[in-house]
Amino acid sequence: MDGSEFAIELKNISKSFGSVAANKNINLTLKKGEILALLGENGSGKTTLMNMLSGIYKPDTGSVFVDGKKVVISSPEDSVKLGIGMVHQHFKLVNVFTAADNILIGKTGEGDKSFFLKKDRYDKVDAIIKNFGFELDSRKLVSNMSVSEKQTLEIVKVLYYGAKTIILDEPTAVLTVQETTKLFDVLRKMKEKGHSIIIITHKLNEVMDISDRVAILRKGEYIDTVNTSETSEKQLTELMVGRKIDLAIDRPKMEKTKPVLEIRGLSVKSDEGNLALEDVSFYLRGGEILGVAGIAGSGQKELCEALAGLRKIEAGRVLHKGEDIAGATPKQILEKGVTMSFVPEDRLGMGLAPSLSITDNVILKKYKEGKGILVDRKTGAKDAAKIIKELEIVTPSADTAVRKLSGGNVQKVLLGREIAIDPNVIVTAYPVRGLDINSSYAVYNILNEQKKKGVGILFVGEDLDVMLALCDKIMVLCHGKLMGVVHAHKTTKEELGLMMTGALNTVHRGGKTAGVAKDSAIVEDEIIYTDTEAAK
Amino acid sequence: MPDSVNTLDIITQFLFYLVVYSIPLLYGTCGEITIEKSGSLNLGVEGTMAIGAIFGYLAGCAADNLFAGVIVAFVTAALTGAVFALFTVTFQANQNVTGLTITTFGVALYYFMGNALGEKWPVFVNSKKLVGSLESINIPGLSKIPVIGKAFFSHNILVYLGILMAVLLWVYFEKTRQGMRVRAIGENPGAADSLGIKVNLNKYLHIMLGSGIMGIGGLYMGFNMSGTFEGSNCWINGYGWIAIALVIFANWNPAKAILGTFVFGFFKTLAVYYGTLAGSFPNALGWLGKIPSHFFAALPFIITLVILIADSVRKNKHSNEPAAIGINYYREDR
Repeated sequence: MDGSEFAIELKNISKSFGSVAANKNINLTLKKGEILALLGENGSGKTTLMNMLSGIYKPDTGSVFVDGKKVVISSPEDSVKLGIGMVHQHFKLVNVFTAADNILIGKTGEGDKSFFLKKDRYDKVDAIIKNFGFELDSRKLVSNMSVSEKQTLEIVKVLYYGAKTIILDEPTAVLTVQETTKLFDVLRKMKEKGHSIIIITHKLNEVMDISDRVAILRKGEYIDTVNTSETSEKQLTELMVGRKIDLAIDRPKMEKTKPVLEIRGLSVKSDEGNLALEDVSFYLRGGEILGVAGIAGSGQKELCEALAGLRKIEAGRVLHKGEDIAGATPKQILEKGVTMSFVPEDRLGMGLAPSLSITDNVILKKYKEGKGILVDRKTGAKDAAKIIKELEIVTPSADTAVRKLSGGNVQKVLLGREIAIDPNVIVTAYPVRGLDINSSYAVYNILNEQKKKGVGILFVGEDLDVMLALCDKIMVLCHGKLMGVVHAHKTTKEELGLMMTGALNTVHRGGKTAGVAKDSAIVEDEIIYTDTEAAK
Repeated sequence: MPDSVNTLDIITQFLFYLVVYSIPLLYGTCGEITIEKSGSLNLGVEGTMAIGAIFGYLAGCAADNLFAGVIVAFVTAALTGAVFALFTVTFQANQNVTGLTITTFGVALYYFMGNALGEKWPVFVNSKKLVGSLESINIPGLSKIPVIGKAFFSHNILVYLGILMAVLLWVYFEKTRQGMRVRAIGENPGAADSLGIKVNLNKYLHIMLGSGIMGIGGLYMGFNMSGTFEGSNCWINGYGWIAIALVIFANWNPAKAILGTFVFGFFKTLAVYYGTLAGSFPNALGWLGKIPSHFFAALPFIITLVILIADSVRKNKHSNEPAAIGINYYREDR
């Protein structure tokens, strides 16, 4: 450890895109051998700032010091040479290459530099991977890898090119809890070996868990850096948002209506052709939020698609206000007031046309209502302006292409558009995926507002704490089977966890069959129950 | 084509011309593969080949030297590629539009040069040394094999150069580190850039290299037409477009392109040779003579159409199409 106390110092860094200032006079320091959490809401300029360290962007003004020396980073190559490695949120990997080849194509670094590719490169890379203490098959194609494996590969790559400073942009957004724990073990080990780490995350519990210090950005400005041991989640939130914020999630009590949606014995196949949902029954009343919990891939996606008419229903009934809508087209279902919004794992391709403006995306859902052959942009623009105002979407204008917005704002547009058509059933999956606290709470508020209007909401979620606070009832899926429907205020995280793994089945608890409404529109003798599950 | 009663000679001749007609397509296809591997889609193959053809031919005849012709064909076509790269890589213009412009421009330049020269148009056979350089070279041993020896192992230097080029390109892209870097650019330029690979430089180099290769193919087509300029018919005659389709047929593999071009060469040869075949094998192939000649002329294009449709219907899971093809790369794009 020679030279400066700091691995990286940023002084008065500013960067604008057109008229939008992404970073304004930012000062930031990263001490050697520490883990610094970079905290800020969506669109606060965290990624922009880090991309200036990785050579993707060049700062307009300000200076960068690496190990006490002033440097100019004008390309990713410069960044690599200075020992800075960044794991981007959207991985920079070649899908059709093996893990080894993804590592070896770079210009610098140790190891194989031969003109021709040699067969033994895999063994060499395997040795390197093992040396760093990771588990990864160097022969595996990236396209066959899980998200977690891809991330491991990115970290190995960064280490291979000799990075002393490692930047991770929202590494946990796409990971399960177990994978996150594993990643944090890795980060702690790297820290012990003397690496300096910057980690971008929205999740405050993770910040408290992993970091030594926390730097906070707000709307492109640097706010403060605090020691993690001397702060709290509450203080961090206030610094980040700029005002006091109540971390409790509201659960308004509502007068319940008759079931707006009744699902009985639903079976749906996955893309691979096996049953993704098997004999699932539940119902949703107006004015309630029904949570759907389950380990990723338990049939959540297929359920949403089946309800929206995008996936063929193999067996079972889907009733909307007593009327069978199984087999109806997506348009017919939409016209009945059932909307679906799904935020996929990679948060891309979520039902918006990325290159179109907010206005055009809003019009997309309503284009059939327009009169004449021309697009009615006036009404569309009015709708878009309303959504932007009500959901506090940060955007230069309603004409900005959706892909230029930050993730949180994109998700608000998605949800706002669904709400704009005055639905009576909202099916939403992972609406807060990757969102910061403020945006997440904004989404919860939007959903609660709809609930108060008497809309029935099916909320497919990941975070059990949130679901316990927000939802009225929670249904649990495990391998496509219903494990039970429980009242959120009567259950615990532990019970939900047992049901998610299939260890507990409460479908037939207390003499009632879960998921079957007392005032069901379905005549009982139509249903044949299989009691095999209850026998267990 | 000398008349011959020996039916085996007819087969040998057919196969010989099959190779002759295939090789220009191989240059075009491999050139386009080189460009597409680096992530660009150049629809200007037809025009690029036309430019290489006309300038290569004029230079070759003026110097009475095959080598000079090939070099000039390569360089002028590569410069055409540089224009494509300037617009698409540096100025981020739409690749399809730029490519179509190159085709229009190249073919027009071909006609302009030919019409401008008029009477002064060089006659092929007067360039004695050049013609001499295009004489068939027998490969010792192999060319002695009955029937196929003369068909496959007794060709002019450009045929051997074409095959060698295809094989070398295959080795380059599949077996060398630099080739793998270029493929990385074609798949995910952001990934390549983040590792310090010079994306724009490599795109320029490979667009120019690929275009240059196409130019040699164009020149060869000119030689196949004995260098006769017709005001109504370009030497390339739509083969640049077939080359683009062949890239898909060859699944972006230069070695497979050899096979692919031979399939198309077969139909082209059939168009020229079907009368002879019908006459020589009246019992087996006599029916060929009853089909109108226009059908044979159209056949390569019909086959192209069928292949393109079949390919898009099939949605090949093992397609080697570079993922970032046709998308301009701008580092700061968000």
